[in-house]
Amino acid sequence: MPFSQADLAAIGLTLRLAGTTMVLLLVLCTPLAWWLAHTSSRWRGPVSAVVALPLVLPPTVIGFYLLVTLGPSGPLGQFMQWLGLPTLPFTFWGLVVGSLIYSLPFAVQPLQHAFEAIGQRPLEAAATLGAGPIDRFFTVALPLARPGFITAAILSFAHTVGEFGVVLMLGGNIPGVTRVVSVQIYDHVEALEYAHAHWLAGGMVLFSFAVLLGLSLASRRSGTLVQ
Amino acid sequence: MTTDISTAPILARLCVARPGFTLDVDLQLPGRGVTALFGPSGCGKTTCLRAIAGLERAQPGHVVVGGDTWQDDAHMIWRAPHERGLGYVFQEPSLFDHLSVRGNIDYGLQRTPVARRRVALEQAVELLGIDPLLGRRPAALSGGERQRVAMARALATSPRLLLMDEPLSALDSERKAEVLPYLQRLHRTLDIPVLYVSHAIDEVARLAGHMVLMREGRVRAQGHTEELIVRLDLPLAHGDTAAAVIDGTVLQHDAADHVTTVSFAQGLPPLQLVSPVAHTAGEAIRLRIQARDVSLALTAPTDTSILNILPATVMEVGDDSPGQRMVALNVGTTRLLARVTQRSAQALALAPGKAVFAQVKGIAIVN
Repeated sequence: MPFSQADLAAIGLTLRLAGTTMVLLLVLCTPLAWWLAHTSSRWRGPVSAVVALPLVLPPTVIGFYLLVTLGPSGPLGQFMQWLGLPTLPFTFWGLVVGSLIYSLPFAVQPLQHAFEAIGQRPLEAAATLGAGPIDRFFTVALPLARPGFITAAILSFAHTVGEFGVVLMLGGNIPGVTRVVSVQIYDHVEALEYAHAHWLAGGMVLFSFAVLLGLSLASRRSGTLVQ
Repeated sequence: MTTDISTAPILARLCVARPGFTLDVDLQLPGRGVTALFGPSGCGKTTCLRAIAGLERAQPGHVVVGGDTWQDDAHMIWRAPHERGLGYVFQEPSLFDHLSVRGNIDYGLQRTPVARRRVALEQAVELLGIDPLLGRRPAALSGGERQRVAMARALATSPRLLLMDEPLSALDSERKAEVLPYLQRLHRTLDIPVLYVSHAIDEVARLAGHMVLMREGRVRAQGHTEELIVRLDLPLAHGDTAAAVIDGTVLQHDAADHVTTVSFAQGLPPLQLVSPVAHTAGEAIRLRIQARDVSLALTAPTDTSILNILPATVMEVGDDSPGQRMVALNVGTTRLLARVTQRSAQALALAPGKAVFAQVKGIAIVN
């Protein structure tokens, strides 16, 4: 058995974290991407820049600020306590919040590009055929943006799987709660258990390769480029 | 309300101001038949159409169609495009790529209240000849087929007004020739008023009974097509494409010579033209006579190969290209144009009131 009990727990936790993050991101980013694709507001530029920040910031910076904000003495942490809820750092849902921010651009940008590529014309055509705004969105915009949704789902899932710095800062290293695969590999290496590290690290390489290969096949079939 | 809904005029007072361009028009269009919005590119035809559809907001604007107010800024009335019950055919077909041809047509049909449906799906499909295409994806269609599907899709919503924005301009001449007969058939079969944007005068002459001539965001003239295209004070009656349009009735068709005889006015000799297609007596027919195919003589020519020689009176002589003059003629009450050289015009002393004979060399059947 190449994987220990702890390894399997880490894999299960990673998949659960990535899946939860992916679903939440698709739901939350759709309106945001729609707004970015269609607005002429002067806030468009600043909002785009904020969305892209996680691309360039070191994960430790994101993790650090999240820890400060969500911690017991941070503004959001105090708000949570005021609501009678536990604070988020060092919990699974704390990791989810961190992953949402860490993987945000990987969901927003493909969706935004997909909505921009559709343009106004199909929506105008739908309006002249009697479809109201919400009807148009669900029956025309969403189906036409499907390649963008596939790309956003795959990228945000895969990027969350590869998360390390944010997890370490915000989640620590609690087995079964916050110890994801990347942290587990780190632990193995620290303990000089190279054979175990190989199995997990090699698995990550294969997984990442499969994701990117699948993405390129999917984009070729749908005729749209993945950005 | 006592006005007949189907024939109530279409009113559109629209102002659209954009940097470097202002549209300011006041249109009163017939509530039936085809009206062409005609003018050079950039004159505001498309903006006008979009403002009537509500895709762009005229400010202020007042649009009344079929007795229904679609926009009236004086009374804070605004109906969104999807609440107007209109049909719109864009310059590019704009089909939904994720739906089949049938899915595209159903899309509008399903959103049309049952009480308002007057065009059956089968009728729209039949009129545009797209039955064999129904199961296909838009991506698998040719340009002409796509535009026909787009027209069927708009028609299937039984629109109260059909707006068409240069539906043929993205097609090459072969595809154009493929789609045009469907368009003509559609206008003759369905009693839906059509507003047709075009910058091709031959299309307008074939399709439209009424036209609005636009220039730089304003209406230069509006009226019956036959009357506007022969007015020497307007640009249409000049140049190579200047032509008159005449409505007539087929008297007979000589199958041996392929000659169709058409009467167009009481007491005047009928027109004879070569037609490869047989026409039946009594059929209504629209003819187009180009100014460059009409020559003038002071005495009735004999021993000539020209079949049609009509007694006419010169009404007006105007300038045309250098060395050429455009002559407006009345044949009875029918207006014709003749383009002659400046030298001939002087030699024949052409002036209003002069009696002449118009020799017509070519006549085209428009529909």
